[in-house]
Amino acid sequence: MADAITPRGPKPRRRFSRANVMLYGTLIVIAAYYALPLYVMIVTSLKGMPEIRIGNIFAPPVEVTYQPWVKAWSEACTGINCEGLSRGFWNSVQILIPSVILSIAIASVNGYALANWKFKGSEVFFTILIVGAFIPYQVMLYPLVIILRELGLYGSIWGLVLVHTVFGMPILTLLFRNYFTSVPEELFKAARVDGAGFWGIYFRIMLPMSLPIFVVAIILQVTGIWNDFLFGVIYTKPADYPMTVQLNNIVNSVQGVKEYNVNMAATLLTGLVPLIIYFASGKLFVRGIAAGAVKG
Amino acid sequence: MTSVLVKDLTLKFGALTVLDNLNIDIPEGEFLVLLGASGCGKSTLLNCIAGLLDVSDGEIHINDRNVTWEEPSGRGIGMVFQSYALYPQMTVEGNLSFGLKNARMGKAEIKKRVARAAEILQIEPLLHRKPAALSGGQRQRVAIGRALVRDVDVFLFDEPLSNLDAKLRADLRVEIKRLHHNLKNTMIYVTHDQVEAMTLADRIAIMKGGIIQQLDTPTEIYNRPRNKYVAGFIGSPEINFFEGLIEQDAFSTGGERFSLAGYAFRGAATAGPAWLGIRPEHILSGSAAKNLPVTNEVTVDIVEPMGSDTLAWATLAGVPLRIRMDGQAAVSTGDRILIGFDPSRASLFDKTTEERL
Repeated sequence: MADAITPRGPKPRRRFSRANVMLYGTLIVIAAYYALPLYVMIVTSLKGMPEIRIGNIFAPPVEVTYQPWVKAWSEACTGINCEGLSRGFWNSVQILIPSVILSIAIASVNGYALANWKFKGSEVFFTILIVGAFIPYQVMLYPLVIILRELGLYGSIWGLVLVHTVFGMPILTLLFRNYFTSVPEELFKAARVDGAGFWGIYFRIMLPMSLPIFVVAIILQVTGIWNDFLFGVIYTKPADYPMTVQLNNIVNSVQGVKEYNVNMAATLLTGLVPLIIYFASGKLFVRGIAAGAVKG
Repeated sequence: MTSVLVKDLTLKFGALTVLDNLNIDIPEGEFLVLLGASGCGKSTLLNCIAGLLDVSDGEIHINDRNVTWEEPSGRGIGMVFQSYALYPQMTVEGNLSFGLKNARMGKAEIKKRVARAAEILQIEPLLHRKPAALSGGQRQRVAIGRALVRDVDVFLFDEPLSNLDAKLRADLRVEIKRLHHNLKNTMIYVTHDQVEAMTLADRIAIMKGGIIQQLDTPTEIYNRPRNKYVAGFIGSPEINFFEGLIEQDAFSTGGERFSLAGYAFRGAATAGPAWLGIRPEHILSGSAAKNLPVTNEVTVDIVEPMGSDTLAWATLAGVPLRIRMDGQAAVSTGDRILIGFDPSRASLFDKTTEERL
């Protein structure tokens, strides 16, 4: 008799069951959907213009050329100057580094104070801060122009740094507050009995415990600020435009032929920083998000 | 000499009164246990003494110094928490020396004190490990060590053994008792475990609803509970209660009459409705019960053998009755047995005020 097998050990599973086929089929289709545009961009950026004109956008390059990448980086024209994206890249770096450091430094102290040093009205303060996250940016654009003008920062990189720092505050404070709330309260009490003050507890107890959440904050800020277009175009002069604004100017320039390969290369170059960040810190990112979101 | 004095302490969170006009006077070297069900305010009181919570009213004195407005670190206290609260990124040595470094103590002195604490608690081999690499018992030892190195006068324990398994809890309990015996510091210990309270305490304060119900030695609390709540809270298995009437020299309940000969009334004996409580271990059975003032014959409903002793359930005067018997007692469901108790070991409480009579 065939059904006389005694059930014992791991339960046998069929590899090509209907559920499996459905599951993996769906996953493959979705993965292809997201990966295909990237593939087209990479392939196109490595082709010469004559090859592109043939029209086979999915075909791999017959003759691989890196000329479009070189051109995008150092020769492409935006209006009258033809320095490529390189200047935009360095502008973005100069905006990014102080914005990230400032916003995270302030927001982490904010979150720490709101989580552990409750003061009269701290909940109200926190609510106001969070509501700030829901006000559309468009509403604040013009008032901010005036504020920056009065501060004498309008059009400078530092003005933009200030804007990024302020706009990062609600979400980052929320992130840090939730994380610090999940740190057992007794730890904080023990440190107080041990005679540590506000900064002592922050630097010696809380900071060393919160690497994952700092990584999350860094990723959020780096990608957010790097990808920002709106604030960059509004609050800086053309000479200080970040990379995204320059990319737009290159891709949308109306003079001459549309050089698709250069445009693709320029776009990939601009997207490289967030991509590297994600690949380098994927695991920590997930850990930090989970730690911040789930209390306990 | 008074070590810790709590004077008219009141704590309110908004409209909620957590501690209500509390007064305790703790002499030097005493081991005081704050005992109560969760939410009774015992941990809150400890946090107030530690300075981790601001009081709404009243004063706290430690070593004859008013410390009501002092920071926790300036009160001369050490505290041990339920969750150990060890700093996870520091080694054991780092944990022990953190408070001393904050006090800007010299390196040599820190080293000396850490070594002494480690020796007392036998954690020397663990000094360079991180808390994550320690077992629960070891962690709690380090937490005690953190209070020890600060050379304080008063130790505060906030349910320090509740996170440990039963066996380890019993071991550490003895160790804490030994520590107190050797150091002779004042210790205030919060717990909801009555075994810990009975075994460790010089005096126990039983709390309910932010008010101390009774503050007495363990024996006194066990034998002469001040009110019905205390009687029911202390003792496991729980005390048996009968609702009835005091009439002259007897207590009548559910058609039975128990003699009250030998019962020591607090005031003059008054007739009227009351509760009678008798502990399961004070109910004797068989030949031992024969000559007692109160005897009765009951049928055993259920038997719970626990090895060291056996708990038998019966019904008397319409109320379930717990009887604690010897572990070797040969008793089984359905047996008719003779039981009896001595009224001098019982407790009578007023029906309405639930105060001891």
